Amino acid sequence: MKTLREVPCGCSARVVKLEGEGPVKRRIMDMGITKGVEVFVRKVAPLGDPVEITVRGYELSVRKADAQMILVE
Amino acid sequence: MALTIALAGNPNSGKTTLFNALTGSNQFVGNWPGVTVEKKEGKLKGRKDVVIADLPGIYSLSPYTLEEVVARNYLIHEKPDVILNIVDGTNLERNLYLSTQLMELGIPVVMAVNMMDLVRKNGDQIYLEKLSQKLGCQVVEISALKGDNIQKAADMAVKLAQEKQRTMPVHTFEESVEKILASIEEKLGDQVLQEQKRFFAIKLLEKDSKITDQLLSVPDVSSEIERIEKTMEDDTESIITNERYGYISSIIGDCYKKSQTGQKLTVSDKIDKWVTNRILALPIFAAVMWLVYYVSVTTVGTFVTDWTNDVLFGEIIPPAIERVLTAIHCADWLQGLILDGIVAGVGAVLGFVPQMLVLFLFLAFLEDCGYMARVAFIMDRIFRKFGLSGKSFIPMLIGTGCGVPGVMASRTIENDRDRKMTIMTTTFIPCGAKLPIIALIAGAVFGGAAWVAPSAYFVGIGAIICSGIILKKTKLFSGDPAPFVMELPAYHLPTVGSVIRSMWERGWSFIKKAGTIILLSTILVWFTSYFGWVDGQFRMLETMELDHSILAAIGNGFAWIFTPLGWGDWRSTVAAVTGLIAKENVVGTLGILYGFEEVAEDGAEIWGSLAASMGMIGAYSFLVFNLLCAPCFAAMGAIKREMNNTKWFLFAIGYQCLLAYVVSLCIYQIGSLILYGKFGVLTATAFALVIGFVYLLFRPYKESSTLEVNVKNVARAK
Repeated sequence: MKTLREVPCGCSARVVKLEGEGPVKRRIMDMGITKGVEVFVRKVAPLGDPVEITVRGYELSVRKADAQMILVE
Repeated sequence: MALTIALAGNPNSGKTTLFNALTGSNQFVGNWPGVTVEKKEGKLKGRKDVVIADLPGIYSLSPYTLEEVVARNYLIHEKPDVILNIVDGTNLERNLYLSTQLMELGIPVVMAVNMMDLVRKNGDQIYLEKLSQKLGCQVVEISALKGDNIQKAADMAVKLAQEKQRTMPVHTFEESVEKILASIEEKLGDQVLQEQKRFFAIKLLEKDSKITDQLLSVPDVSSEIERIEKTMEDDTESIITNERYGYISSIIGDCYKKSQTGQKLTVSDKIDKWVTNRILALPIFAAVMWLVYYVSVTTVGTFVTDWTNDVLFGEIIPPAIERVLTAIHCADWLQGLILDGIVAGVGAVLGFVPQMLVLFLFLAFLEDCGYMARVAFIMDRIFRKFGLSGKSFIPMLIGTGCGVPGVMASRTIENDRDRKMTIMTTTFIPCGAKLPIIALIAGAVFGGAAWVAPSAYFVGIGAIICSGIILKKTKLFSGDPAPFVMELPAYHLPTVGSVIRSMWERGWSFIKKAGTIILLSTILVWFTSYFGWVDGQFRMLETMELDHSILAAIGNGFAWIFTPLGWGDWRSTVAAVTGLIAKENVVGTLGILYGFEEVAEDGAEIWGSLAASMGMIGAYSFLVFNLLCAPCFAAMGAIKREMNNTKWFLFAIGYQCLLAYVVSLCIYQIGSLILYGKFGVLTATAFALVIGFVYLLFRPYKESSTLEVNVKNVARAK
């Protein structure tokens, strides 16, 4: 299964599962990245990290290390 | 009886704008008990009996961030009469997530859907009645920026508070989750209020680490947790979060209609296409930073600061006061205290204010318009390695001009840990006032070599990087986890009023500090340098008699501390102490102590004696010590203000001095070994320190996942 990290710029994906636990996972979910939601990878920061994604109609910046916890299809 | 309205909402939802609009200038700023998060309260305009408490901007009521813990503790224990939940209408879905949690607290809620003017402009529609029905609270549409309907929102909140009705949440979760919650509620018994039961039940199910401290007896719910985690194949915390968003998704279609034009790029998207563009982002960032620096530090700021220092506190105020004092035949010592102690000391500090105001104007604008979040986005990759935020760049850049506004600029960093780290390390960067010291040392012992000044900056940057890496591995900083999942809010033009208000708030808090801690410190140093024993008699001294002063005596007593650093001469010690008033004083003091009433800015007159007294390596060690040790009183005042906590303030200053001492010691001892082949116990100590330093730098560490906040407040039964 792919993680959000591997989704190229300009592509959408649907969240299947979130790995990990604790604060980082909770924070990611609090921001609206939950099972079944559609995310769109908008762009990568100039230095290669973090990435900007659109979720639930707004813009979010996520580090690649954290994006790796998000399984998508 | 007085009523309390708690203002709650997401960051960037327009909460501060609404708070300002509702309270006007009727505000008081304090601290949330026990923590360093700022607490703002104000009286509702025209209603002396209604207090509005502005909660920190939060996304959720999780136990993981300081702001969220502060907010929920307030809501549970202080039980405000009503919550005014401000919701960003252009970002309804995520904003409602917090709302579902607020509804469970058993406090009446009025929802104010903000930015309705923008929603309409986009052609979108929000059906307030549906929203009200699906969430079980009154809903009103407002525009905080334009002031539309805000009075109505406040009136609704006041009315609801007076009715004292209990509100029950109407949103529900999946049946199996509801069943489990019901059984936990039963186990809770009557130790919590009926209307707070659902909140506590959910928190218990979520295995919330902070909730057990707040209950008298914690029911055992492990079997429930185990059961549901097994059937739903997820941890309970995620199950609840999923359920909340699930409920919102199920109602959002009824409450909100997006205009059909759909895919069109908004203005904000168009701006972002350029501003966070892969190639253009860094040049644009550099240009913005250059502009901020150029205007606030190089041109306007310096011009105004120089005027305040040289004209206002040089030619206007002191002579005027002197005339008055002479006219009333004031005693010499009192005249000295007032002119050289108080006026000069406070003047030196207040001189920074205009420059700071110019800088704060920029910062407020960059923050309010949304660019600051992009700065963090662009710079994150570099700074997070040192335990800093991408936003730390700005304080450090400003710090090259003056550490005082630099430290104050750290206010823009939301994350507590990143902010504290930035405050502690910003003054390592050589500021404008340290340049004369650099010029003095470069001229005195290095023949004015061009490498000395850049090396000072490298030392500063190196100190920041190493401190960041070392400190983030210590217990103090590894405590609070900092997931970097950050919203990039849509750009918008802030109002003039909000920018000026934010500028003034920051400036004023510094001025207040100048009046207290900084004033006392300068008087103390003035007293010790102008009084002393001459021929066995205690009296006030002339400028040239500094070597008889109390300060000199103290310097003599403590000079041995600095002998291992290569400058155990008492003059250098005294100079380093007077540097605490303002770093450029170091040169002037050395001048006086070597017998020159007035020296050039780079102290050319004393180059010879200084070189003879310290030697090359000793002089460099002296330079490094003065660069890294505690900054001037004004900057310390700023650190105190921003840390907002005496323990952290002392820790910051202590750390800076310790680091300065260790680095200078290593430079002198190891430098002496290389150049002169000197080896002794201290050289060995220096090597041991270097090894220890390297160990601290590279030792492995694990980020902890609990928030260390003391919230030992047990919920009162009934």
